[in-house]
Amino acid sequence: MRSNTFKTLLLGAVFLGAGAVAASAGTLDDVKAKGFVQCGVNGAGLAGFGAPDDAGNWKGLDVDACRAVAAAVFGDPSKVKYTGLSAKERFTALQSKEIDMLARNSTNTMSRDTQLGITFTGVNYYDGQGFMVKKALGVSSAKDLNGASVCVQSGTTTELNLADYFKSNGMTFNAVVFEKQEEADAAYDAGRCDAYTTDASGLYSIRLKMTNPDDSIVLPEIISKEPLGPAVRQGDDQWESIVRWSHYAMLIAEEFGVTQANVDEMKSSENPEVQRLLGVGEGVDFGTPIGLTKDWAYNIIKGVGNYGESFERNVGEGSPLKIARGLNALWTKGGLQYAPPIR
Amino acid sequence: MTLRDKTADETPRSWVRAVLYDATIRGWVFQGLVLLALILFAVWVVHNTAANLRAANIPFGFDFLNMRAGFDISQKPIDYTLDSSHAQAFKVGLLNTIIVSVLGIILATIIGFVVGISRLSRNWLLARAATVYIETLRNVPLLLQLLFWYKAVLSVLPGPRQGYVLPFSANLSNRGLTMPRPIPGEGFEIVMWSVPVAVALAWAIARWAKNRQAATGQSFPVFRASLGIVVGLPVVLFVVLGAPLSFEIPELKGFNFAGGMVVHPELIAMLLGISLYTATFIAETVRAGILAVSTGQSEAAFSLGLRPRQTMRLIVVPQAMRVIIPPLTSQYLNLTKNSSLALAIGYPDLVAVFAGSTLNITGHAIEVIAITMAVYLALSLITAALMNWFNARVALVER
Amino acid sequence: MSRIETDTVFVRRDFLEPEAPPASLGGFPGWARKNLFSSPFNIAISLSMLFLLVWFIPPLFKWLFVDAVWTGDNRDACLPKGGETVGACWAFINAKAAQFTFGSYPADERWRPALVMIAFFAGLAWIAIPKMPRRREGVWLMLTAFPVLTFWLLYGGLGLPVVETSNWGGLLVTLVVAVTGIVASLPLGILLALGRRSKLPFIKIVSVVFIEIWRGVPLITVLFMASVMLPLFLPNGVNFDKLLRALIGVALFTGAYMAETIRGGLQAIPKGQYEGAASLGLGYWQSMRLIILPQALKIVIPGIVNSFISLFKDTSLVMIIGLYDLLGSIQRNFSDANWSTPSIAPTGLIFAAAVFWVFCFSMSRYSMYMERKLNTGHKR
Repeated sequence: MRSNTFKTLLLGAVFLGAGAVAASAGTLDDVKAKGFVQCGVNGAGLAGFGAPDDAGNWKGLDVDACRAVAAAVFGDPSKVKYTGLSAKERFTALQSKEIDMLARNSTNTMSRDTQLGITFTGVNYYDGQGFMVKKALGVSSAKDLNGASVCVQSGTTTELNLADYFKSNGMTFNAVVFEKQEEADAAYDAGRCDAYTTDASGLYSIRLKMTNPDDSIVLPEIISKEPLGPAVRQGDDQWESIVRWSHYAMLIAEEFGVTQANVDEMKSSENPEVQRLLGVGEGVDFGTPIGLTKDWAYNIIKGVGNYGESFERNVGEGSPLKIARGLNALWTKGGLQYAPPIR
Repeated sequence: MTLRDKTADETPRSWVRAVLYDATIRGWVFQGLVLLALILFAVWVVHNTAANLRAANIPFGFDFLNMRAGFDISQKPIDYTLDSSHAQAFKVGLLNTIIVSVLGIILATIIGFVVGISRLSRNWLLARAATVYIETLRNVPLLLQLLFWYKAVLSVLPGPRQGYVLPFSANLSNRGLTMPRPIPGEGFEIVMWSVPVAVALAWAIARWAKNRQAATGQSFPVFRASLGIVVGLPVVLFVVLGAPLSFEIPELKGFNFAGGMVVHPELIAMLLGISLYTATFIAETVRAGILAVSTGQSEAAFSLGLRPRQTMRLIVVPQAMRVIIPPLTSQYLNLTKNSSLALAIGYPDLVAVFAGSTLNITGHAIEVIAITMAVYLALSLITAALMNWFNARVALVER
Repeated sequence: MSRIETDTVFVRRDFLEPEAPPASLGGFPGWARKNLFSSPFNIAISLSMLFLLVWFIPPLFKWLFVDAVWTGDNRDACLPKGGETVGACWAFINAKAAQFTFGSYPADERWRPALVMIAFFAGLAWIAIPKMPRRREGVWLMLTAFPVLTFWLLYGGLGLPVVETSNWGGLLVTLVVAVTGIVASLPLGILLALGRRSKLPFIKIVSVVFIEIWRGVPLITVLFMASVMLPLFLPNGVNFDKLLRALIGVALFTGAYMAETIRGGLQAIPKGQYEGAASLGLGYWQSMRLIILPQALKIVIPGIVNSFISLFKDTSLVMIIGLYDLLGSIQRNFSDANWSTPSIAPTGLIFAAAVFWVFCFSMSRYSMYMERKLNTGHKR
């Protein structure tokens, strides 16, 4: 009886204390009102994509996606607050407006895009699922893994792809499923499984954490398509456009050679594409219609850099992961990264 | 007089006061208000949830249970393939929870009783060792212990090709304990059915012996006879029917053992962690129970000429059990609930399979969590009911 | 003849010093004989225990101290080099100590949680030690001013830079969850316990159902509920912090257990107290507040401390929903590429176990001490 009166009071007090914002017109207005972008990232920390460094600053390709949006909205890439999320929490966090955008190496799939009330805004990393095995097993192909024990994280597309791959190749396997990635890593490291599977990009970063990284090799097979990208809530077209075009701006900048270092010089470029990107010239304003300023893309490139720079810094040659561009090269260089023109 | 006059003056208001200050009426009004608040709260929650789900375009319902699960589960006590439904995955998870709970309860009870009695031992070393064990393990979180045991089990055991070879074609490696799997042949169900028959027979004999002893004073070796029947009958039938049981021997194929039965390292670590932890609490319960039986009881038994063993069995233990059983019940319930920590070390229990994989894949958070909680609640209530029934049977019949 | 002349008298005038008991009964041999080797069965037990100890203790000691690595800056220090065995990697704990205590709380602001922890332990000592002066005032201070100050210091605002709860971690989170859980669950527990003993049928049913539901489910499902379901229960756009959600889950869960503890205390109060209160003309709430609860709560102090011990251990579960408490932040660092060696996992787990053990063991001793103290007070 009183307990419930009390509970109501407690909940009421909690709402007040939560500093919550009531539902309003759109995410952009909310974000502008509170002064930062709340961004959901990988709570366990996935090196190269989203992980805090020793000083507690979040770094990574996904983190740069958040910073780009903050730069576009506020002109300042540091106006982001991060929420570390597990695989289980990530979509609920977005649905319940706990975060404004999700950039947590999440695979775009049809059911997620259509049934969970969220929309993927693009692909910031084309990935595919791969396997890592202990060298000592003498395995050189995933096709040799018949009968193997495989460590995998639960509730990921990975878990399902794994099953599909073995089934379609007529092989049996034994999945050892863990709630958290750290636990799956540790179990593989301790020899519980013959193979470890996750997105190929993740394999490289996880391999680095092993007791003896050189004891493991990543197998050549890629068994699935894993287009990883940021997601926003369904039904807020303006915000969706901002997140989508923040990524495109970085791609276009790379395509036309606009970098963090030369962006100021490029403002005087004669190339109309670059002028439109940087909002230079009379009446060239693509920002205002989506609630931003005309120099929105300039701010992104100035604050975060172009896609190529972000890639190299976080996962490419400039990082411990040393992942080749591969599918993530620009379309002009044989990859899949392609942005529609600003026009 | 003045008093009466005063009340008379207030007659018009007095019934209002009577109603206002009437305990029963106040009680009902109060309850009504609470009910109203509860209903409003529930409506508010349901309304919010419905609005949120609608806004997010998430369908609510239990249809997802019939969808193809598509993920593998490492320990499958019943048929389960990649094409099975989420409902089947739920059953597998539930069975795994029951398996680990039942085995854990048995182990924890044995360890707990041994340690609890050891702590009262006159052997100084044994009593101290029991105390150190209890005080160390009960003050460290179970989750930590599970992580520790899992790491320990994995680091102690060698790879499958270097596994320890045990008798009866068993093998122990970091892929688990592989054993031959019994395959029941023709007529084996008769052997299975003879077990409950034998139990019933033993019960009848015990009853007869008790009545005879009450009537004539003659005793009967009930325990030995019952044991003989319960073990003997199935064994005799088994032999008579020509041993209708064959074994599937596990073989090392490729990476792992194929065929046979496997006790996975996750289950081993779970059992180690959960039973060693719960046993510390059971041991304390047992010690308290034994101490609660006054020494006068044993002295009286000795003066009646009972031997120490008989005293323990007939006088001390039955009385101690009355004190032990209620807290023992709650320890069993705790163990069952604690088995949900399995997901931290990859044992596929209900929470790991259903509130883990199924929830994450289908995204039906509300339905999945609600079902999971309901299952644990039901398990708790059933265990509590069974133990209450048992407790009522052994309870002291007061004059 | 000469014998007669001597004054030797064969009667003792003073006592002899008592003889030491035979070597087999006195001193250590005697003690050992009585306590270790009194019967063949006992001899067997003692020998096997001794064997176990010899088998277990020296290697453990060697691993923990002799072979341990105490200093070092990265994994190289703890890697086995040239055949020598490497024991515990205390260098790892040393290097990460700040992270295990405060999580990723900004280094410049760490004085804040440190101050809170010192104040908390000082305040706890004040109200927990019976001989301290003005304990009643201490309790009120700890329940009113302390939480407000703590919130301000930990979270920030009003001149202090804000530190998001996502940066909190380590022992800080463990303590925040445990202490908030127990403080929030006390009033809830009292109300539920009173409700369960209420004569009003509906109130009683509601309390029983509430208590039994929370007691019947594992904490981990409650935490899952708090982390993935709670956001959906709230109006669109209202949401709150992940840590706060976990706290709500923990408080509801502990509240149900607390209710049962307090109910035990209420049942232990003799009926005469209730009747006495009623005969003085006190109403329900007055008699509860002035007569019953002060006595009942005093009796259940050991029970409350025991609940706190369970809760303190259970806080480690928040790591499953992705909060980094002491255990969580230790486990997270197992996969730090700078440190990953085979020995850091056991070292980290043993370190965490030691920290939890120190807290829980001292609390359980305190609970036993209070039990003895309260017992004597109640004997008539």
